[in-house]
Amino acid sequence: MDKELLIFLIIASVKIFIVFNAVQLMIVSMIWLERKVLAHMQVRLGPMRVGFHGLLQPIADGIKLLFKEDIIPEKAEKILFVLAPVMALVPAMCTFAVIPFGEAINIFGYRIDMVITDINVGILYILAVSSMGIYGIVMAGWSSNNKYSLLGGIRSSAQMISYELTIGLSLIGVIMMTGSLSMVDIVNAQSKMWNFILQPLGFLIYSISAIAEVNRCPFDIPEAETELVAGYHTEYSSMKFSMFFMAEYANMITVSAIAVTFFFGGWHGPFLPGVVWFMLKLSFCLFGFIWLRATFPRLRYDQLMHMGWKFLLPLSLFNILITGLVMVIRGL
Amino acid sequence: MEPYLFYVMAATSVVASLYLIFEKNPVFCALYMVFSFINIAVLYVLLEAQFIAAVQVIVYTGAIMVLFLFVIMLLMVNVEQKQKDDLPFQRIPAMILGFVLLVVMGLTIKSKIFQGKEGEYTSAKVESIGHTQLIGKLLFTDYLLPFEMTSILLFVAVIGAIILAKRKV
Repeated sequence: MDKELLIFLIIASVKIFIVFNAVQLMIVSMIWLERKVLAHMQVRLGPMRVGFHGLLQPIADGIKLLFKEDIIPEKAEKILFVLAPVMALVPAMCTFAVIPFGEAINIFGYRIDMVITDINVGILYILAVSSMGIYGIVMAGWSSNNKYSLLGGIRSSAQMISYELTIGLSLIGVIMMTGSLSMVDIVNAQSKMWNFILQPLGFLIYSISAIAEVNRCPFDIPEAETELVAGYHTEYSSMKFSMFFMAEYANMITVSAIAVTFFFGGWHGPFLPGVVWFMLKLSFCLFGFIWLRATFPRLRYDQLMHMGWKFLLPLSLFNILITGLVMVIRGL
Repeated sequence: MEPYLFYVMAATSVVASLYLIFEKNPVFCALYMVFSFINIAVLYVLLEAQFIAAVQVIVYTGAIMVLFLFVIMLLMVNVEQKQKDDLPFQRIPAMILGFVLLVVMGLTIKSKIFQGKEGEYTSAKVESIGHTQLIGKLLFTDYLLPFEMTSILLFVAVIGAIILAKRKV
């Protein structure tokens, strides 16, 4: 093995290791933050006992889940039942491979890009991989051999398919202005002005569909406990349940990272280093998720479908039309 | 390394397709099909067609196969009841025609039809322009007519589906 390849492999493995663990850490801190912020918004204290202001609560929860009895229903399809949480979590983690989180640095004469890999179909890769996450939910719903699980699984996959469409279409405006599908190119194109200002309608459509895509409040119909017990993960317990839980948070971080990359200028910002800016913007987006959860009640299922197909989809097509017109008029 | 990856991916995709045919449970059939589609997407990447690979996963595995699974799960075809063959007279013609198809495919691959001269768009040129940009440009210039005709065809299909589904209203 020659030297260049070896160095490439080392750099790539280190980057993957760091990003993977950073995402895991963010998932854990998100769980704590969500409980604390929700509690304070409802004038409660939230977890206080384990560690300073309940800081160690997620770890305690994790240990508790690990030691719980892992129940597989007798009539369940065993293979799919075990495979489903993996299918939900792995695609959610894979999407971070193309997200740029900082400017390139030089160490020992080697240029290191702050992105695991910059492929020329970056955003399509994210859309493709995250669309695989639906299978985890569908498989979980079907293999549990439980009516509530099946209904929850079908609901959430219908929701995810509908809103994936509007997510893709809302991003096309930015792609048209940049002329590239690569995430790095999109960030570099925003060094002067954020796309948030140039594409306000696109951002609005994206943020609504992203919340629906990750099944968060006010679009958390798949786990509407008054109708469906717990939705697709009704029969899951122990570590398998926590994997679904982690997948939900990982998806939240993914869609927030796409929002930062496409609309908030990625890692661009004055004074502070790029990585810090990226994390600040990401935290802002993630806080928005918690804020929304504390604010809005849940929509009804048919309202959700109407909004996706009859309102957001035409609006996103309109946004593409306007972007195209403006680009033609300005002669870009 | 790339040839080995090709052999592994091609072999798994063939095995997944065989399982798809011989598996009794329709849900598993659909999942094997998904697996086969993903393998084919990797083969597209090996052919330096990243855009096609991404679209293959987004459209086929991410959307169409999910709808397939939907229908299968909602209908809940009972596996045990469906043992007997509904169309027994089909069996012998199917075997003969399948064999004919195999022979024709074999002859086509052995003939020189697929070994035409190298075209205008070599992989080096595709690399320099960008795969996605090239597809977009060609679709809206040289291949505009077939592209628009396909879109009209899809539009008609959508209208047809709505009319069939909404007949009672």
